[in-house]
Formats: sequence, structure tokens, C-alpha cells
Amino acid sequence: MTSDASRAATTAAPNPAQDAAPPAPRARRSLGGLLRRPETGSLIGLAAVFAFFSFFGGADFLSAGGFASWLNVASELGIIALPVGLLMIAGQLDLSIGTILPASSMTVAIVSGRFGAPIVVGILASLALGLAVGYLNGALVVRTKVPSFVVTLATLFAVAGFTLGLSVILTGSTSVALTAPEPAKGLIGDYVGGKFQTSIFWWIGAVVVVEFVLHRSRYGNWILALGGDPVSARNAGIPVDRLTIALFMASGLCAAFVGMEQAILFNSAQVSAGQSFIFNSIIAVVVGGVLLTGGYGTVAGIVFGTMTFAIVNQGIFYTGFDANWASAIIGALLLAAVLMNNTFRNMAMSVAARPKA
Amino acid sequence: MPVPLLKLTNVNKSFGPIDVLHGISLEIFAGETLCLLGDNGAGKSTLIKILSGVHKPTTGAVEMDGAPLAFDSPRDAAERGIATVHQFGGTFPLMSIGRSFFVGAEPTRRVGPLRVFDRKTANETAVRAVRKLGITRIDDGDRLVGGLSGGERQALAIARAVHFGAKVLILDEPTAALGVKEAAHVLRIVLQARQSGIAVVFITHNVVHALTVGDHFAVLIRGAKAADFRKGEKSREEITDLMAGGEHMAELEAEIEGFNAAAGQAPEAVR
Repeated sequence: MTSDASRAATTAAPNPAQDAAPPAPRARRSLGGLLRRPETGSLIGLAAVFAFFSFFGGADFLSAGGFASWLNVASELGIIALPVGLLMIAGQLDLSIGTILPASSMTVAIVSGRFGAPIVVGILASLALGLAVGYLNGALVVRTKVPSFVVTLATLFAVAGFTLGLSVILTGSTSVALTAPEPAKGLIGDYVGGKFQTSIFWWIGAVVVVEFVLHRSRYGNWILALGGDPVSARNAGIPVDRLTIALFMASGLCAAFVGMEQAILFNSAQVSAGQSFIFNSIIAVVVGGVLLTGGYGTVAGIVFGTMTFAIVNQGIFYTGFDANWASAIIGALLLAAVLMNNTFRNMAMSVAARPKA
Repeated sequence: MPVPLLKLTNVNKSFGPIDVLHGISLEIFAGETLCLLGDNGAGKSTLIKILSGVHKPTTGAVEMDGAPLAFDSPRDAAERGIATVHQFGGTFPLMSIGRSFFVGAEPTRRVGPLRVFDRKTANETAVRAVRKLGITRIDDGDRLVGGLSGGERQALAIARAVHFGAKVLILDEPTAALGVKEAAHVLRIVLQARQSGIAVVFITHNVVHALTVGDHFAVLIRGAKAADFRKGEKSREEITDLMAGGEHMAELEAEIEGFNAAAGQAPEAVR
């Protein structure tokens, strides 16, 4: 059964000419192989946008200050886009990040600023809040089977209401000052070299962790399978419910981290910050080649998508164009990126069919 | 008479007031292919869902190796060696061959304190397993399942089931969506699996395919077992008539021949 001779005998039966073809050479390292890498599309988009703003933005855009300007935006967005991307690969959306962020800002500011608790307590409280809302999202999605779009839309508003209501009750205000002592300030919310936010380094760390989880650990396989086909994933023995809840908790945690980081960086917190992160994170993830319906995506793609978004958002200020046009560019970019990513995904799929032709 | 690997005795299944299956008794033996034949809506899908643990029978008994049992879940059935492969085989088109082969059972290796998904082992094992089934066009485990042909996906899914020690392999219309040559490939793989001692349950409404691989046949009509016979006991025409629920096929074929004659064409046999 397993010997080569019997294999050859059974193989030859229907059409020896086609099936006996020698193994095709590995196309991994070739240009064709690169073109079929799923994140190539988002890398090309990033390069095009960077070239565009380098040309129109000139030396200012290419200076350290120019880089800092978009890297700072990219880092905060990127820390949130990574877990949002994982969720999208698993077939879920999380809109509630938009109010977890200000809720966490207010938590650290109220606990440590207003009431003077040690900054560690404030930080832990704000992160715990993010984890708790994430757990609530995940548990509701798993238990009720209501689409996560609706569940997280509900928590988005509920958290916004609680944040506003409790802030007014506790502080009588919608904005609270916070002066974080060292080393918390220097580690979490400060500028390196006067320009670069420390969040850039946290982002790099998050990329390393999520890259490991998605592409090098078994959990990544579970996430891809969950997004590809939840029923088969469950039948294959993947703890689908726990995995879903864990992913929502990760996005809650990351949104809370950015909220807390902003409060420490700006020395104050507002109840209304963060709404822009909802759509921006989705744009970054989708531009990065993640399939909106789940089952497909890469960390490299999400990083490229985040950088592309940040460059367009900030680069416009270096060009002399009216900044209002940035949104139009982002809209066009989103559509172009999705079309291009579809093309590259199809090319990646067609790879196996090639020797047939 | 050996003990059947899987045995259903007088199984009934109803969903609320609707009876879907009544009085089904089947015996499935290692190293044999049981063909489940039936027209659309005859209850084939419900029956395989009972065999694979998705549904529990309303009444009746399921035995495995002579011992009564009830599957708690598809997972439970899978752990006892019952593998189901659906019409489109790989259900994760955007995952690589190596990754989808090991979903839920990923090989890992230690790197310092971390357990890393062993892509190399996964890819090599998966590629070796499908090549063993004669699919030599697959040589790179990093390729996406979606890039494979329908027959190759079936082969991959069957290879996966065999690799993870399936005792009973349930194939739900594996050839329905395939071309002639691809279907022949899959039929050959089914024979190969049977030869290695696996019990195969082959669901189809293609009588020719069934006769090619089957040792034992059961025909379902409107949720009941209309016939149960062994290879060689009935002709293709008899089976076709049975599946269609009686003698209507002969009439229908005669009618079609009438049309063909009227149109001046040579009459052709209807499959």
C-alpha cells in the first residue's frame, strides 16, 4: 500500500501523462513567488503612498519630524489594529474599542489623577476595564450568537454612557488632569528625542507578540480555522468559545492600553476621545489584506495597512494641499486596496493550478 | 460473520412532527465499502449526521465494535475514529495545505520557552500523505487549499482522515461536483482506503460510481431503507429504478426516447 511500486501502479491508471509530471520547482524565492505572497499588495500600496508624499511633501516629510508625525499616529492605531485584525481573521468585528479607549483614559486619570492613587493602580485599573469589556463582548457573542457588529455596537454606546455619567458624578467634569510620575511617564507616555512617542516601541513589541501568535504558534492556526469555517473548527477540537472570548479581551486590552497611554502622554483625559479609532482600525486592517469575512490575513499586512493609513493621514499636511482631501484619498485607497488584495489572494490560490496549464 | 465496526438497529429520527428516518438498520464492516444510495431528500444527509455524531437518533441503537454507544458530538465521533468528508473536501480554502491538514492537532516544537508551530513537519507530513494517495501534483505544503482542484481537495481530506487513524470514513457525495477524470481519481482513492482496512460509507446518487467501489449497497427512499444487497445481486437498471422510487424510470426513459425519436436523433441511454 505504501510502497512506491504500488503507488506508481495505482497512480498511472487514469491519465499517466498529466499525473506523472515531475514535481514543479519551488517558486518560493522567485519573483513570481513574491508576487503571490498575500501581503505583497499592501506593501505595494504602502510604497506608492510613501513615494507620493515623498514627492509632494519634500524634505519636510522625509525629515525625522515627518517620520515621527506619521509613526506616532501609526503606533497608536497599530496597537489597536493588531488585535482588531486577529478578530477580523477570526470572523468578528469590534467597534467598542472606540469607547474603551476614552473610558480607560478617564479611569487612569480619575484613579491616579483625581483621587491620587499610585499610578500603577490607575494603569492596572484601566487595563482591567479593557479586559472586562472585552470579556463581556466575547461572552455575549458566544452565548447569544448575535453578530459581533451588533454586540460591540451596543457595548460601544453603553461604555460611552457609563464613562460620561460616572465621570460627571465622580469629578463633575468631562476632562481630568493627570500627572504621571517617572518611570511610568517615560516608559508609557512620553516623547523620545522630543518627537517619537514611546508608543512606537510598544507597537513594535505588540507586532512581535502578535506575529508569533498568528504565524508561529498553534493558536494562529486556530484563529485562521475559526474564521474560515467555525463549524469545522469546532469539530476539529478547537475551543472556539474560549478563543473568541480571548480575542475580544485582547482587543479590549489593547484599546485600554492606548487610552491609558494617551492620558499619560497628554497629562489629561477626555471622555470624547477615540471614536476615530473604530473606522481607522478597520481601514488599516482591510487595507492590510485581511479578509473582512474572516479566515485570511497576515500581521505584516496589518502593519503595512496601518502605516499606509498613517502616512496619508499625516502626509497631507506636508504637501500644501488642503488637508480636507486626506479623507478622499483614504476612501479611494481603501477601495483600491481591497480590489488589489482580492487580485493577490486569487494569485496565491492559483499557484497550485499552474503546472496544469 | 465478523462483528460489524458500526451497526445501526432500527434507527428513527424525527425533527418535531416530521419523521425523517424510520427503521434504518445498517451494518458497516472494516475493509468494506457501503454505498448509501438515494434521491435528493431521501434522508441520506440525516443518516450520515447520525453516523458522524451531529444528530442523535430519536429511537434505535448505535453500536460500535459490538458495544452500544451514543455520540455526544461530532468531536466525540471523530475521536472514536469516524471521519466525515464533505462534498467540497477542504473547508478552509484560504489556509495552506499543511496548516489545514493539522487544524486542531498542530505539531509543535520547542524553541526556548515557546512552543512553535512546526510548519516544516506539518507541510511534509501533509504532502507525503496526499502523495501516498497518488496525487503527485501537490508538492508544496505552503500552497492554499483553495488552489487545489475538487478531486485534490477530496484527496487531501481523505488523506487527513487516514492519517489521523479513521476507522470509518464517511464520504458525502465526493464525486458529485467533479469531472469524469477527477471522479475516477477519487474512486481509486476510495478503493485504496478500503484496501487498507478502513470501513467506507460512500454516499452518492451516481449508480455507476457506486457500482465501481461498493461491496454492499443500501437504498433509501423517503427515509426508509428500500433495499439492502451485496455487489452483483442487482443490475444498474434495477438500482436506478429503486432509487427513483419504483418503476417510473423505465417509463421516463421510454418517454425521453420518444422525444428523441421525434426529433430524429439516435436514442441515448439516460444515466
